[in-house]
Amino acid sequence: MRNKFKDIPYSSKSPSPLGKIDGALIPILAQVSDPEIPVLSILDMGVVRSAKIVNGEVLIKITPTYSGCPAMDVIADDIKLALKQAGFESKITLVLSPAWTTDWITEKGKQALENYGIAAPLEANADKEALLEGEKLVKCTNCGSKNTTLVSQFGSTACKALFKCEDCQEPFDYFKCLK
Amino acid sequence: MKENLYNYILGIADNCLILGQRLGELCGHGPSLETDIGCTNIALDLLGQVRSYYQYAAQVEGAGKTEDDIAMLRPERGYFNTLLVEQPNTDFAYIMARQFLFDAYHYMFLQELKNSKDETLAAIANKSIKEVSYHLRFSTDWIIRLGDGTEESHERMQAAVNSLWTYTDELFHQTEADKVMISQGVGVETANLKEAYYGKVSEVLEKATLSVPESKYFQKGGKQGIHTEHMGYLLADMQYMQRAYPNMEW
Repeated sequence: MRNKFKDIPYSSKSPSPLGKIDGALIPILAQVSDPEIPVLSILDMGVVRSAKIVNGEVLIKITPTYSGCPAMDVIADDIKLALKQAGFESKITLVLSPAWTTDWITEKGKQALENYGIAAPLEANADKEALLEGEKLVKCTNCGSKNTTLVSQFGSTACKALFKCEDCQEPFDYFKCLK
Repeated sequence: MKENLYNYILGIADNCLILGQRLGELCGHGPSLETDIGCTNIALDLLGQVRSYYQYAAQVEGAGKTEDDIAMLRPERGYFNTLLVEQPNTDFAYIMARQFLFDAYHYMFLQELKNSKDETLAAIANKSIKEVSYHLRFSTDWIIRLGDGTEESHERMQAAVNSLWTYTDELFHQTEADKVMISQGVGVETANLKEAYYGKVSEVLEKATLSVPESKYFQKGGKQGIHTEHMGYLLADMQYMQRAYPNMEW
């Protein structure tokens, strides 16, 4: 529970980070990924809210996906390391508002998730429908069938639910929708 | 003023910490792999929320404490969680009944806290409510599944609800700090939530073919730091490492 984030201003108004990340930093930050989902860069995941070079130092704001996500500390360390290797000192702050939503995962990020075997988040009602045995909306990442059932709301990490495909019988993760 | 805000934050956060600790005790001991992971995921969400609250509390207090000091180094009387969340894990029906009775409240509470005049509390509420909606869905599902399940599961769920009912009224109890914070538009006027809470809970219990307890005998004290006998054991377990090896870190 060590706090790596020194001072915590809890507001950052804009929902989209476009234009708030200096172009020079994009290739560096694109190398950093969620340790649990190595195919997804933190830029595609939408956790970087802004990154600016001010007097040679990088000021960067990140937001957690889930409050208890243990990956956040690792991500903060990885960002510092990547920037250091590129010759930048950095200061990272954690912002809670506006709260992260799965809508911030980019199209490229969603594709990377699917290719990795994690079904990308759909509309908010997709997992509710599955739970209530209503319409089947989540597609199997193995065979593409929509004949799938929810095994557990809570999967291997806080952000994923566990599904099973009734056609190919394979279990797979679904990235829960958070809005 | 600052002291009231500090105590108000702890009053919210301690519920999350203590329930998180209870759920964490189930790690590796859940009745099935899915429920084990479900309960520990909820514990993780609650502990994550607690970090935000305690970081803010430490900042408000301004005495140089950290979130860990606040979490680990208070005596029993210094915790302001409600009695409901400290009740021990017995059978799974009891664990889910405790969860549901808290989640239903927690969801409604956060819905209002989102409008707090305190920006930090509003931000934490906005973040947390997304997670809590999953908790509520999970526990509601289990109330219905067990209540409307076999004869045995129905009986056990009814017994759990009957036994925990006595702790529900305290969720709405207001301390002096609560009252001051409510009057300043920072705190949530819990009196306005009570009817909706019992309405929602009754609706789910009825759907689960369970009867709504009629008892009007309620226990309180946790919000003043007066706890049930279970709390000391919970803290002994939770605080052991920090007490035995002060300032240790992973």
